[in-house]
Amino acid sequence: MEAVETHQHAHPPYQRHHFETYAQQNDATNFAMWLFLLTEIMFFGGLFTAYLIYRNWYYPAFVSGSHQLNIPLGGLNTLLLITSSFTMAMGVWCAEMRKKGALVLCLILTFVLGTGFLVVKTFEYKEKIEKHHVPGFHYSLQSFLAPETDEAATAAHDKALPLDMARHTEVYFSLYFAMTGMHAMHMIIGVAILAFMIVRAQAGAYTTGHVTFVENFGLYWHFVDIVWIFLFPLLYLISRH
Amino acid sequence: MSTTIVSLPDQSTARIPKMNFISKEKGLLSWLLTGDHKRIAMLYLVSITFFFFIGGALAGLIRLELLTPQSDLMATDTYNKVFTMHGIIMIFFFLVPSVPATLGNFFIPMMIGAKDLALPKINLLSWYLYMAAGTLGLYTMMTGGVDTGWTFTTPLSTHYVNTNVLTTGIAVFIAGFSSIFTGLNFIVTIHKMRAPGMTWFRLPLFVWSNYAASILMVLGTPVLAIAIVLVALERTIGIGVFDPTKGGDPLLFQHLFWFYSHPAVYIMILPGMGVISETVSTFSRKRVFGYTAVAFSSVAIAVFGFFVWAHHMFIMGISNYSTLIFSLLTMLVAVPSAIKIFNWSFTLYKGSITFETPMMYTFGFMGLFTIGGLTGVFLGTSGTDIHLTETYFIVAHFHFVMVGGMLMAFLAGVHYWWPKMTGRMYPEKISQLAALITFIGFNFTFFPQFILGTLGMPRRYASYPPEFQILNVFSTAGATILGLGYLLPILYLTWSLKYGEIAGNNPWQATGLEWQTQSPPLTENFPEIPIMDHEAYDYEWLDGQKEKEVASVG
Amino acid sequence: MSHISQVLWQFLVKWLTDFALYPPEASKIAPQMDALYFFMVLVSLIGLTIVILLVTSFSILYSKKRHPVAVQIEGSTLLEATWTIIPLGLFLIMFVWGALIYFRVYTPPANAMNIYVVGKQWMWKAEHPGGQHEINSLHVPTGQPVQLTLISQDVFHSFSIPAFRVKREAIPGRYTTVWFEATTPGTYHLFCTQYCGTEHSHMIGDIVVMTPDDFKKWLASSTSGASLAQNGERLFASLSCAACHNTRPDARGPNLVNVYGTKLALSSGGSVLADDAYLREAILNPLQHLTQGYAPIMPTYQGQVSEEGVIALVEYIKNLNSDYRVQQTTNTTELLPESVGSPQRPAPAEKKSAGQGMVKQ
Repeated sequence: MEAVETHQHAHPPYQRHHFETYAQQNDATNFAMWLFLLTEIMFFGGLFTAYLIYRNWYYPAFVSGSHQLNIPLGGLNTLLLITSSFTMAMGVWCAEMRKKGALVLCLILTFVLGTGFLVVKTFEYKEKIEKHHVPGFHYSLQSFLAPETDEAATAAHDKALPLDMARHTEVYFSLYFAMTGMHAMHMIIGVAILAFMIVRAQAGAYTTGHVTFVENFGLYWHFVDIVWIFLFPLLYLISRH
Repeated sequence: MSTTIVSLPDQSTARIPKMNFISKEKGLLSWLLTGDHKRIAMLYLVSITFFFFIGGALAGLIRLELLTPQSDLMATDTYNKVFTMHGIIMIFFFLVPSVPATLGNFFIPMMIGAKDLALPKINLLSWYLYMAAGTLGLYTMMTGGVDTGWTFTTPLSTHYVNTNVLTTGIAVFIAGFSSIFTGLNFIVTIHKMRAPGMTWFRLPLFVWSNYAASILMVLGTPVLAIAIVLVALERTIGIGVFDPTKGGDPLLFQHLFWFYSHPAVYIMILPGMGVISETVSTFSRKRVFGYTAVAFSSVAIAVFGFFVWAHHMFIMGISNYSTLIFSLLTMLVAVPSAIKIFNWSFTLYKGSITFETPMMYTFGFMGLFTIGGLTGVFLGTSGTDIHLTETYFIVAHFHFVMVGGMLMAFLAGVHYWWPKMTGRMYPEKISQLAALITFIGFNFTFFPQFILGTLGMPRRYASYPPEFQILNVFSTAGATILGLGYLLPILYLTWSLKYGEIAGNNPWQATGLEWQTQSPPLTENFPEIPIMDHEAYDYEWLDGQKEKEVASVG
Repeated sequence: MSHISQVLWQFLVKWLTDFALYPPEASKIAPQMDALYFFMVLVSLIGLTIVILLVTSFSILYSKKRHPVAVQIEGSTLLEATWTIIPLGLFLIMFVWGALIYFRVYTPPANAMNIYVVGKQWMWKAEHPGGQHEINSLHVPTGQPVQLTLISQDVFHSFSIPAFRVKREAIPGRYTTVWFEATTPGTYHLFCTQYCGTEHSHMIGDIVVMTPDDFKKWLASSTSGASLAQNGERLFASLSCAACHNTRPDARGPNLVNVYGTKLALSSGGSVLADDAYLREAILNPLQHLTQGYAPIMPTYQGQVSEEGVIALVEYIKNLNSDYRVQQTTNTTELLPESVGSPQRPAPAEKKSAGQGMVKQ
């Protein structure tokens, strides 16, 4: 028997040869994406564990630290991300409905909203750098020892922290940068893939019935959104009821 | 010959099939950009062998240094780097990918009746990540090495050494992703691409073991990744999560690290156990005794394996009550392994046993893994752990399970599936000799270390009190023999590629879908997807097949 | 004998006399642990023998030559149950036995004599309450429970005495304890067993076990003058602790006389036993361990006092049973230059003058 590549059954060009049916391919890649997201949960899980332990031990430091974050900006970011999840979901629908123009629009909107998130994040980080709240880089305890000298602390009616508790704010900020930094990295990867997708979508790659890539990316994007939904209250809203 | 089941085609007329996965496309690029799981498996085989020998050379240096009580062969700092790199290379670049990435990659699709893994490009990416990580690891070794021990204990690794901790951490991080993607691929493939009729309980036990190991890879490795990230941040910008003077806790690192590293040992051993199930069945001509028990015990090991990590921390200051719980759970995780050993032993009962090389390695595994596993119970028992932990008893324990267990299983698998992968048989006599040499060398090397540990000799010591010398000399002598035993397969397996006998489809007359195709297999494995209509290890079905067997294409 | 060469004979004799399979048993717990160890060896030997017997006998009885046709057997639930339950049972016995020993080793008796041990790269420093300091050695008497309170100044170390069968990690940031009662005079190995850097293999020493009389003589001859508690008293004064921790009715800090071993009510709710760990934490992280009824004003001394300094302070507080000398130090404090103005004002915590406040060793 010669192993010649005779196509004994018709299958769409985007079905890989090791799959028997397109449905199997879709099923498998979808499952793979969910599994990958599970690994991401375990990845972020380690950070969340550390956060839980240290927040339990150093609650006052965490409260004062969180008052240094800009809630309006954080809220704006949350809004941007939720909206981008909506536009992404719309994009998946457009791909399924084979509406190329609408798909491209949705992807561009998602891209813009995601980039907007990153821009806001840059402002927030810049502010932290200016106030010397970056652990390891001339970290300053000034805002916590003497809250009257700090705008954000005064606005939140913070009391001065004793020295040892003030030192623990560095742990809070380490976790802040580790968690939001990890998240931002995932956003950057997502935005880069979106750029790629916009080009491909314009070429019609996703509107011929093969929507797996868009669907799976949608899953990834929603996951990154959900992580932020957890990060926002945990980091920004510690003592706000 | 009636004392062997090897059944080769007539050598005067047999040929390697003209069309197979190796001959399909030629050229370096066709290998480097392949999506074929079999080619990727071969790429992995070559690379992990390379790293194994580097790790082995480092082991040789360790044993040479330990011939004398003084630290006289190399500076203490150098010795510390040597054992660290030995551990990192052997664990992350050899043991973790060994069976899954080579034999698993090659045979899981074939065993379930699929044409490839679910995600071939991710499979190739896995290999490139592995190579990048390995290259980075070698680079760090050549530019000063790292001397924290493979366990990267903080605060030593974060504040007290100025060696290449960061680059090594990155290398391990990347290797971790290689492992995650392999595991992910396996899980998706086994769930979604089984041939019609291939129910879960008709799967070969090799598939079950790799499935269990893949769950561990996928869920455990990310936690290692985050532990490395935190160490890197602590080391570079001093964030303070593990630093007590900043309010952090060094014990947090231990928890995060061992949460992965304990399941890691099961990632390493489970695929090896899968190989043993296959060989013990084939060379006794019988289905594995208690198939369901063996299948479920693999999953049980995977599940329980997640709940015992703190048995590496009994003396580190965790509370007595934590110790109680983790010790109890450790006892529970020991039981499924015992179940397997007995099931394999009883597979021999009323079988028809032959002693080809894979079977010799299998017997070696069963004896040595039993010793290794039982000594694990010595360590899981909190009372004796106090005396035995952090000594050579631990070193002996893990080498028994990893080298006496896993490495023997890997060699059993390589010899067992060599004819399928290459179409050629290896020379039997010299391979049996190599197996014997390895077994003898291994016992001489590592058994004295149990005694050294009980006597109190600490691990990671470049120099030691003179009364420990005799046992150390024994151990080094054994290591020399062991090295020879590992060198021989490289030589004769390579020789067999050109001069070995033609193997034909099924030299061992084994069941299993992979043996019903040509050797080496076609790129797409099966011209048509087979329909599975019989149980696993169904030798009666095999007898029926023999009557219908068609010779492979010449 | 003349047929065996002299060299070989000497080697054999040396080997047989020096060759031991387990270390000397020099503590009360050692034989207990060895009993469990040998039980486990026995069980392992039996288990291994069973496996080897099964494999060998089946290989012989059912080799292809002898038994050419295999009989397909599915399995046996009874056998599965047997080899699940029996190993589990044996492992559980070991678990219980081991747990009992573990608890025994890490639960010091009340009458244990306490010795502080500080590990640092790459040496062990032992401090007896009477002020005797040892480096890389530890002298202990027989027949007396000895508790070791361990801490590390830098990385993880592990204090191991194989002859006693005890071992405990010395961690930075927290005390750990272990206890033993030596039974046989002699000199035994002390090892550091947690990899701690370049000189890890040289962080070894001697445990010298002496009869009680010899030990008393040793104590007398090796004291450096001040006991740990006296050093602690000195530190207490120079760090101006008595400015708040005195017995005056308006004192800003709780009275420390006889506080060791009592249950304190914390301001965060709940109560805590005032043991060594608590005292150390209260000095280094006071605001997490605030006594109820007192304002959160105690500064932290993290960075100003070394682990040995903390040990000295803890020893001092442990032995503090009268306020007489506290009064004395209060008076002394008032004379020190840093208490400018009224004696009510505590010395500022971040002051880093060369002589007085810093006791880094």
